[in-house]
Amino acid sequence: MSDQDPREIFRTEARDLLEEIEQGLLDLVEGTDDRELVNAVFRGLHTLKGSGAMFGFDALAAFTHHCETAFDRVRKGEVRATPDLITAVLNARDHMRALVEDGAVGREAEGEELLADLHRVLALADGPAAADAADPTTWRIGFSLPANAMVNGINPLALLAELRSLGACEVVASTDAVPMLGELVPTECHLAWTVVLHTAEPRAAIEEVFIFVMDEMNLEIEAIDGVEIVAAEEAEAKVDETALGGQASPGQEGRQAQAEARKGGESVRVPAERLDELMDRVGELVIAQSRLKQLASASTDTALRSVSEEVERLAGELRDTMMVVRMVPISTLFGRFRRLTHDLSRDTGKAIELSTRGEATELDKTIIERLADPLIHLIRNAADHGLETPEQRLAAGKPIEGQLTLSAVHSGAEVVITLSDDGRGIDRAKVRAKAEESGLLAPGAAITDAELLQMIFQPGFSTASAITSLSGRGVGMDVVKRTIEGLRGTIDITSTPGQGSHMSLRIPLTLAIIDGLLVRVGEGRYVIPLAAVEECVELSPEQDARSTGRSMISLRDEFVPFLRLRELFSTNLPSEPHQKLVVVSTGEERVGLVVDQIIGDHQTVIKALSKLHADVETFSGATILGDGGVALILDVAHLVAAGQQLEKRLAAAS
Amino acid sequence: MNQPDANLNAEDLVEVLTFDLRRETFALEAGLVREILDLTAETEVPGAGAFVGAVINFRGKVIPVADLSFAFGLGQREATRDSRIVVVELDLDGDPTLIGLRADKVHEVATLSMAATEAAPRVGMRWRQDYVRCVGRRGGEPLIIPDLACIFAHRGEPGASAAHIHSLH
Repeated sequence: MSDQDPREIFRTEARDLLEEIEQGLLDLVEGTDDRELVNAVFRGLHTLKGSGAMFGFDALAAFTHHCETAFDRVRKGEVRATPDLITAVLNARDHMRALVEDGAVGREAEGEELLADLHRVLALADGPAAADAADPTTWRIGFSLPANAMVNGINPLALLAELRSLGACEVVASTDAVPMLGELVPTECHLAWTVVLHTAEPRAAIEEVFIFVMDEMNLEIEAIDGVEIVAAEEAEAKVDETALGGQASPGQEGRQAQAEARKGGESVRVPAERLDELMDRVGELVIAQSRLKQLASASTDTALRSVSEEVERLAGELRDTMMVVRMVPISTLFGRFRRLTHDLSRDTGKAIELSTRGEATELDKTIIERLADPLIHLIRNAADHGLETPEQRLAAGKPIEGQLTLSAVHSGAEVVITLSDDGRGIDRAKVRAKAEESGLLAPGAAITDAELLQMIFQPGFSTASAITSLSGRGVGMDVVKRTIEGLRGTIDITSTPGQGSHMSLRIPLTLAIIDGLLVRVGEGRYVIPLAAVEECVELSPEQDARSTGRSMISLRDEFVPFLRLRELFSTNLPSEPHQKLVVVSTGEERVGLVVDQIIGDHQTVIKALSKLHADVETFSGATILGDGGVALILDVAHLVAAGQQLEKRLAAAS
Repeated sequence: MNQPDANLNAEDLVEVLTFDLRRETFALEAGLVREILDLTAETEVPGAGAFVGAVINFRGKVIPVADLSFAFGLGQREATRDSRIVVVELDLDGDPTLIGLRADKVHEVATLSMAATEAAPRVGMRWRQDYVRCVGRRGGEPLIIPDLACIFAHRGEPGASAAHIHSLH
């Protein structure tokens, strides 16, 4: 908490508040008239205004004040929270975000417009909500402040005055904690108060009085007619829980999970760059430890060897812990899509419902960021092209609301994220026509359904007859595919005409470390990702001789195309007697790679190759070995494709 | 500070590192240099081409080794005891990138007066004109200041150039 810019501190808090406000508003859309949600949103606006003013964000405070006043009418039950009103507040929220991030210069006109819109919608929505009238209740409120409260600017008298404004009060102060005069520091606060308050206002109004000091004080609020005693630290969490207790819709589930995840146990904010630095250090430690291991195993010094083993164990544990530290639940991403779906729904005029599963699935934080854009594009596509208009859906006998389902699940060392829609499916004929028109496919050429569907990832490909503001320009899908492949992932599509489409993204859990098979080809060493290796077999000199001139090898009863890496890498060295064949696959297709020697398993930190080597597709990266040397990591997908090409050429030639 | 060519003309005196490649002497801005390494274990990158045919381990990073003699068509190299790899940090398409440059022999850091340099002559040059920023003098011999940004933008392609009999000597 040292020399951080106070404005940055506020920005971080503000982002959280804005996020909560947005989620709260989206929840309201689904279940309008929920008082607790309204109160939660109002509290968020109120805090944003207060803190904003304190940290010098005057334009933000002023703007938020207007929104808060407008939303206060909803809170008081004078106005219903209609979908139009919520959209207006959502737009206002976006403006608030812009004020926080980019500053207020040049935004006055925009702000004015949004407020005018808000008031207009407010006027339309006027009319009492079907709210539960709160009966006057008597509350016992006990609170005490920390010793340094007054030094920090908290005035207990102001708090008491505010309580009085809620209704008739009886205040009793407790002087039990006040020390003897000789020890008393006049600026410290040692008093505690018990207030009996009779008011028609809801409990939330009472909590609001303490809204700025909630974190540091002890607060107990008890309705004297019965029920709950709540300690301050849990007060906020309890409010959320009781609100969510009634209905459990998927969005609320996610919000609850997120709220609980944040409140359960302490957490510390760490700037992302520090985590990255830490990760680099751990990576280098792994490399250094690997060298130590080599030196130790070549030595007869038992003390050295035992220390080396100890270091190996510790380095391994540290690395495992680091992997976990960087994992973040995918709910952070899914949360954004709720807003997107809401906006898409309004823009396309289609009723769209987004349901999510597996929100707690965790991914490396860097991966999550890079998945955002591709997923946004896929959702837009599904909403724009996949889902039919309400009329079309009714005519087809489908429910009027289009369904989009996002799910994430761990599968081995990968995460599988799927997006399904129950729309019209992909029109094969149109795809084919477009492919032939673009010269990607010869007319009448045979092609599997899977390959045909993969065509939509070609640059410039779009079968949309109308270009909307959302999609149809054909620049999206190929970027999506490239981004996913940049994450060493794959993307698959299946689709049933009339019923819908299903996109499936497979991403490895981490970009940083790879389990590999270390092999030697000529004088160079190479790493093959272990996840892609199916099996290794001996290649006897006879088999080798038999296969010269051919590029297929018989493995059990199947023919597998193979590549002699020695030739591919132009080593110009003679064959070695004990070559091995490593069969790798990318799920459906396989290729065999002939290497001179299999050295062994190797878990290593991946180092990226520079831009100067970006065009060498055979390699996806490099790694540093125990002896300080470099081994290049083979790009299995590329090699498999090369093998496939070879196979086709042979098939065509025969 | 790290933009190789932007400031070269802004001041008259520039600190440069001079080094030999075959029989030619080159100079590059000393501010770009991170470290000068002895020849170390290199890993060949099959399929990468002659300009950046290998990578090395530099302080835990895997960096490419570029051979400017390929860009200038200077012929095959032979590793000697004087051979070095000069690690520089250059801006490649907007990203600062560490690159190792081969050198047959590294001389010294010298102060070069830009006013005393000339543009590369149009005739009599064996190599691509756009690869040479200007030519100075060092001990009576020509000192070539390469345009690193241009060379790397073209990935070191030497281009079609007839072998000229004339040389600068």
